[in-house]
Amino acid sequence: MEYSEKVMEHFANPHNVGKLDDANAIGEIGNAKCGDIMKMYLKIENDIIVDAKFNTYGCASAIATSSIATDMIIGQPISEALKLTNKAVVEALDGLPAVKIHCSVLAEQAIKAAIADYYKRQGIDPEPIVGKIDDCEDDHCHM
Amino acid sequence: MRFVYADNAATTKVSPKVVEAMIPYMTEGYGNPSSLYAFGQKAHRAIENARQQVADVLGCDKGEVYFTSGGSEADNWAIRGAAILGAKKGKKHIITSKIEHHAVLHTLSKLEKEGFTVTYLDVYENGIVKVEDVEKAITDETCLVTVMYANNEIGTIQPIKEIGALCKEKGVLFHTDAVQAVGHVKIDVKAENIDMLSLSGHKFHAVKGTGALYCRKGIRLENLIEGGSQESGRRAGTENVPGIVGLGVAITEMAEHMEENAEKVSALRDRLFEGASKISHSRINGDTEKRLPGNFSMCFEGVEGESLLLYLDMQGVCASSGSACTSGSLDPSHVLLAIGLKHEVAHGSLRLSLGEENTQEDVDHILQVLPGIVERLRNMSPLWEHIMENENKA
Repeated sequence: MEYSEKVMEHFANPHNVGKLDDANAIGEIGNAKCGDIMKMYLKIENDIIVDAKFNTYGCASAIATSSIATDMIIGQPISEALKLTNKAVVEALDGLPAVKIHCSVLAEQAIKAAIADYYKRQGIDPEPIVGKIDDCEDDHCHM
Repeated sequence: MRFVYADNAATTKVSPKVVEAMIPYMTEGYGNPSSLYAFGQKAHRAIENARQQVADVLGCDKGEVYFTSGGSEADNWAIRGAAILGAKKGKKHIITSKIEHHAVLHTLSKLEKEGFTVTYLDVYENGIVKVEDVEKAITDETCLVTVMYANNEIGTIQPIKEIGALCKEKGVLFHTDAVQAVGHVKIDVKAENIDMLSLSGHKFHAVKGTGALYCRKGIRLENLIEGGSQESGRRAGTENVPGIVGLGVAITEMAEHMEENAEKVSALRDRLFEGASKISHSRINGDTEKRLPGNFSMCFEGVEGESLLLYLDMQGVCASSGSACTSGSLDPSHVLLAIGLKHEVAHGSLRLSLGEENTQEDVDHILQVLPGIVERLRNMSPLWEHIMENENKA
């Protein structure tokens, strides 16, 4: 198993790490038992993600996917962020080892969870917009 | 930047004396030991000399040592061979521990599929098998007890002599995977009632791809590898002459310096424990007394092991972890789970295994970088945030 240079770059110096104090959308995905938790903070204005930050507990690929995924959604409208697939995240990182693909799914789901939170805060049912979130509540999170 | 190799349980640097001893058998003395002419016989003599060196260190006869491709082959051979012997007498029960190496565990799970039953003994919080548990587990059906000498992850040393005595009394074969122990702790196969013992050269400064099985005279194991008549017809394949010569030199060198090495290495290890224990929410894994001299194993809550070791790598430190991400499986190490750690704690494990070449400066370097790395990871860890929130509530 070897990581791409891009993964190591994002792991060594992850972008957008930390809490976002004025976040109006927060999503957390994963669990400690599986060994990865991703918490995504978004600041959304007029349906545009103006800022994004994350905190992640997990392996190098979990940290790298969080880093690049936040890069990819900052400045994007919600509709675009919802289209971000784990495949796009993997491609942006120049690939991930097969056993680590679940980390990219985690990033995709964490963004969705944060956007769902944004709608919930406004009293809007997020499911028709965001879809179901794979909350990774059991061991099946590892694919 | 300082380079600190602290993964000697994974593999060791080949000793210069070993390299020196091996070279002639690759250059001018390359003959096949099975050839009858003098040129071949010289290689044959070199192997027999190495066999004697191994026997001297283990306290057995030269004729009881068989060279293999490494520890895994020796484990496979001993266990499968003993199982076949047992089955011939209608005995198809094997006893082992929950913390064995996969070379043992996977061989056993294959035997289970072939109709054997296996008892996996608990190791309790300190990572040590209780002899009375072995006694309770032995039945009339038991053909083999296989318990490792020392554990590769948490370094605990098992009560081998006592288990051996029990097996002897009950008439059950006893095998021990001593891959982590040979060359580092004193072993006497006769005094410890060991019937079979596996060892691996690269764990004590010989080269990779070398190993041996000690098998007590009178135990006629079925061959694992069929072919030519090498190793008294019990392990076919042209011998790895340079590797075997190197193994003999390495084991002798380790035995000569065992006490001073153990004293030096364990002092460095204890210094590491002392320093790293200052990190909050950390714990030492395994027994503090019955432990390999070079083994350090700790867990740091709220961090994940792979990230920890990759950040250590960026600071020049080679380490290992038992987290799921480093084990290449879905779960953290079976050893850490067997000593009762929760998954989330086991994911934060760090193993450092020191050797004779490590210095005080190495330990100081690790202690200089480790707390900062743990802190950095905790600062970005939602799990750590949860741990802190729960503590504040309580």
